[in-house]
Amino acid sequence: MALDDAFEAREFKVVGTRPIRPDGIDKVTGRARFGADASASGMLHGAILRSPHPHARITSIDTSRAESHPSVKAIVTRDDFAKELSGEDWNVLENVMAGERVLYDGHAVAAIAATSVLAAKEALALIDVVYDPLPFVTDVDEAMRPDAPVVREGVADESVPEGMNPNVVRYHENGHGDVDIGFAKADLVIEKTFKTEAAHQGYIEPHACLAQLGADGNGELWCCTQGHFVAARICARLLGIDASQLRVTASEIGGGFGGKTTVFIEPVALALSRKSNRPVKIVMSREEVFRATGPTSSASMDVKIGMRKDGRITAAEGEFRLQGGAFPNAPMEFAAMAAFAPYDLEHVRSKGWDVLCNRPKQAAYRAPGSPMGAFAVESVIDELCNKLGLDPIEVRIQNGSKEGSRAAFGPRFKRIGLIETLEAARAHPHYRAPLKPGQGRGLSCGFWFNHSGETSVTLSLSYDGTVSLAVGTPDIGGSRASMCQMAAEELGIPFDRVRTTIADTGSLGYNDVSHGSRVTYASGLATIKAARDTIQKCCARAAEEWGIDPEAVVWEDGCAKPSGHNAGDFEPMSLAEIAANMGDTGGPISGHFEATPTGAGVSFATHIVDAEVDRETGAAKVTRYTVVQDAGKAIHPSYVEGQFQGGAVQGIGWALNEEYVYGDDGRLQNAGFLDYRIPVASDLPFIDTVIVEVPNPGHPYGVRGVGETSICPPLAAIANAVSNAAGVRMTHLPMSPPRLLKAMQEAGIG
Amino acid sequence: MEYVAPNSLDKAAEIAANARGSVRYLAGGTDVLVQLRSGLHQPSLVIDLKRIPGMLDVVRTADGGWKIGAATPATTLNAIKELRQSWPGIVEAAELIGSTQIQGRASLAGNLCNGSPAADTVPAMLAAGATVTIVGANAERKTLSIDDIVKAPGQTHLKPRDIVASINLPARSQKGADAYLRFIPRTEMDIAVVGCAVNMSLDGETVSEASVALGAVAPTVVLVPEAAECLLGTRLEDEAMENLSMSCRAACNPIDDKRGTVEFRISIAGVLAQRAARTAYQRARERQ
Repeated sequence: MALDDAFEAREFKVVGTRPIRPDGIDKVTGRARFGADASASGMLHGAILRSPHPHARITSIDTSRAESHPSVKAIVTRDDFAKELSGEDWNVLENVMAGERVLYDGHAVAAIAATSVLAAKEALALIDVVYDPLPFVTDVDEAMRPDAPVVREGVADESVPEGMNPNVVRYHENGHGDVDIGFAKADLVIEKTFKTEAAHQGYIEPHACLAQLGADGNGELWCCTQGHFVAARICARLLGIDASQLRVTASEIGGGFGGKTTVFIEPVALALSRKSNRPVKIVMSREEVFRATGPTSSASMDVKIGMRKDGRITAAEGEFRLQGGAFPNAPMEFAAMAAFAPYDLEHVRSKGWDVLCNRPKQAAYRAPGSPMGAFAVESVIDELCNKLGLDPIEVRIQNGSKEGSRAAFGPRFKRIGLIETLEAARAHPHYRAPLKPGQGRGLSCGFWFNHSGETSVTLSLSYDGTVSLAVGTPDIGGSRASMCQMAAEELGIPFDRVRTTIADTGSLGYNDVSHGSRVTYASGLATIKAARDTIQKCCARAAEEWGIDPEAVVWEDGCAKPSGHNAGDFEPMSLAEIAANMGDTGGPISGHFEATPTGAGVSFATHIVDAEVDRETGAAKVTRYTVVQDAGKAIHPSYVEGQFQGGAVQGIGWALNEEYVYGDDGRLQNAGFLDYRIPVASDLPFIDTVIVEVPNPGHPYGVRGVGETSICPPLAAIANAVSNAAGVRMTHLPMSPPRLLKAMQEAGIG
Repeated sequence: MEYVAPNSLDKAAEIAANARGSVRYLAGGTDVLVQLRSGLHQPSLVIDLKRIPGMLDVVRTADGGWKIGAATPATTLNAIKELRQSWPGIVEAAELIGSTQIQGRASLAGNLCNGSPAADTVPAMLAAGATVTIVGANAERKTLSIDDIVKAPGQTHLKPRDIVASINLPARSQKGADAYLRFIPRTEMDIAVVGCAVNMSLDGETVSEASVALGAVAPTVVLVPEAAECLLGTRLEDEAMENLSMSCRAACNPIDDKRGTVEFRISIAGVLAQRAARTAYQRARERQ
């Protein structure tokens, strides 16, 4: 990494303030254009036929009746997509449009483009599909049994030991030391098994796109996505066209949380467009979103931890089994790697298993894998603290990872802020507030790696001295505001002189998806570097004008100035002056930066939760919630706080009520917001936030990603609070009232 | 699909009688429109009742009871202070349905006609002894009890061309009150996993009349006379409350589904019955 990526302490003028977000007015006035807001002349509407079976062989698909429908202009099946794909490309295509078999309830089988939405839906009923139903499995533990129905043969890689069910497709192991030695030194060892159910990201905006693709392979795609460059790359492969021939524009996005990092309907709309030679729009219904996009994995986990009476953890061991639907890559290694990351352990071992089930292909959901792992580990630590009469914060401070600690997943940590979050939590009035009868308190730490990824940014000056910043990472959390702040900070100009645009794939170099909490870190770093590139060019123009050496010009307060008296005596030249003359002084001025930065900083959080349990009904309510998290440096503190609160709220849903419910028929029972219960406003307390700032050494301002870490502690913190309120350890999420009441009744409570 | 909005009940009955194919009646539409959209029902004719005079009105009858037009939304009920005082259980049941927006449209009659065993207002209406005025195919009027209408999930005993004109509530005795409680996993925007309505009158401090109805624990909303019996002559002493719970639990015939298990529903029915009885009792005492 170049030296100037490194953190350098400084006084900020714009960074750390809370300006109104530049996209705010568009959003509150309805002017913002989301996925479904695009249309084109001659546009057709697409609809997708989906499998009613969890697993079946497709014997035949007869489209002749649908083709004779007067409003139908095109029908596509798997035959209309690229052949001979392999690896993840094949997986994505197989998920987008079934091949020989349907692998889950809701799996796409065929699609129609017609002149109206109603006609398209009506014509779906005219496609005759003959299915040969096959045995299915939807539970991760059942799928691992030797006699379980096999979802797909031949998927397992070489990491899987011989003799396991073909549904087990990947194995992972990490750790160090010798856990047997460690457990022998413990005064108390607790081992428990935990389960979490699949949760959906629950974004408000269903997937929507508008596609145009000609027979010449030249196309345009408008879609609601977290990453249009990646969407272009995947769609091009699935359609067998050149990536650069497909220009993709990202719409405003009504939430993604990881679920819009891949494609579902986009290749289908492109295929329909290519076949009909007309623009095709597809908008998913909420039911389709639940049945056929990517919820997170469900998990089954065993965790064993040994502790001395003084609170020192002597050894820790975990096994994390995650199912990711009918396709490989459930994030079991992230669960295994992140689960013990908050602790500096001499003896630790983690194992992960990736398992296939007849469910939709999992997609990323905010720190994939980490919340489940934290739930299991932090529950056992809570139980150890209870049994040994120890304070849960003191125990975590005593064992907590610090700079130089060896992470359970291998490397030694650089500068990190876990202990600072625990100390801030200990100092918070919440931690000492008395509890009412029937209430319990829970605490948990959480960890996320944070990602970097390919990043390109261009910053251009306008003649009037204002700045246009083009980034390639869709704004999923207020990042346009943060980018404007960082550019303004560097250039020494006001925030509102910068406009940040999410550039389409034809207008900027490649960018990875907005995921991995990478945008404020990576696009932010690139913005700072592009601004510095611009400043260098501006300084050169001033030097040329003044007839001095460019190195003798410095940039201060938005102006080029001679670096000192020796350099010459010239009036400062403002950005606006330089921009006004740029055409005559050498041409347009733009700054660029493109790289895959390597200094993403890991992040830790500590959450404190109070919960109240109705012992007669099993109803649990979160009554108080405090998030303490290390942000490195909060560029726009309001949006950092928003990320903290959002992670906590999604965690509350996942912990208490959200779950994919499959019936005995293998079909999803609750494909809607009525019975897939995300929290409503009245379910929630105010989520208090504390921003801790321990700078990331790998970012010029010290930024760490904040979007994902906030969902790592909630499952455990809420489970600990509810367990302490209920008087019984809850090991299966969500802790829905029937599950909680049953656990209390079995424990003789209530 | 055809849509008509007649301006009288007789006209509506005539249109219905002459219609070919299936007919759906539209009041607030909070169930019907959702069902149309999901493809559950594909009627050839939708008859909107909201333009008919009186369908959105609440009228005090000569005997002190109430006549509630079939399309009257929950928010209208809640805005009538005397109705809230007479039948707090019915009004609170209506005010639990969906969200504020839904309550601006959702009606008692619609809730009844939808035939859901989990309907919130139906246990309250059943416990209240409410009646239903119906206009038949040849425009004749008849009055049925709530019990005459509930039949099975998604079904009622109404004939295809019957139109519900109004829900009628009896006059409230001076020392009576009702209460409705439901259990949902969230705080709002949900459907009852169990619902329970208790209606009672007091003689002094003692329960002199009572009725208890349960929702979402059987194929239909059910009246539980054995449970009501447990309350009579009591001041809700512990033993009476225990008996009430046991009777309610014994009356349950629920299913396991995504909203709750059999055992959970049975458990909760007993809990809600006690809580609803206490609320109704408290309200009745405060009225004296």
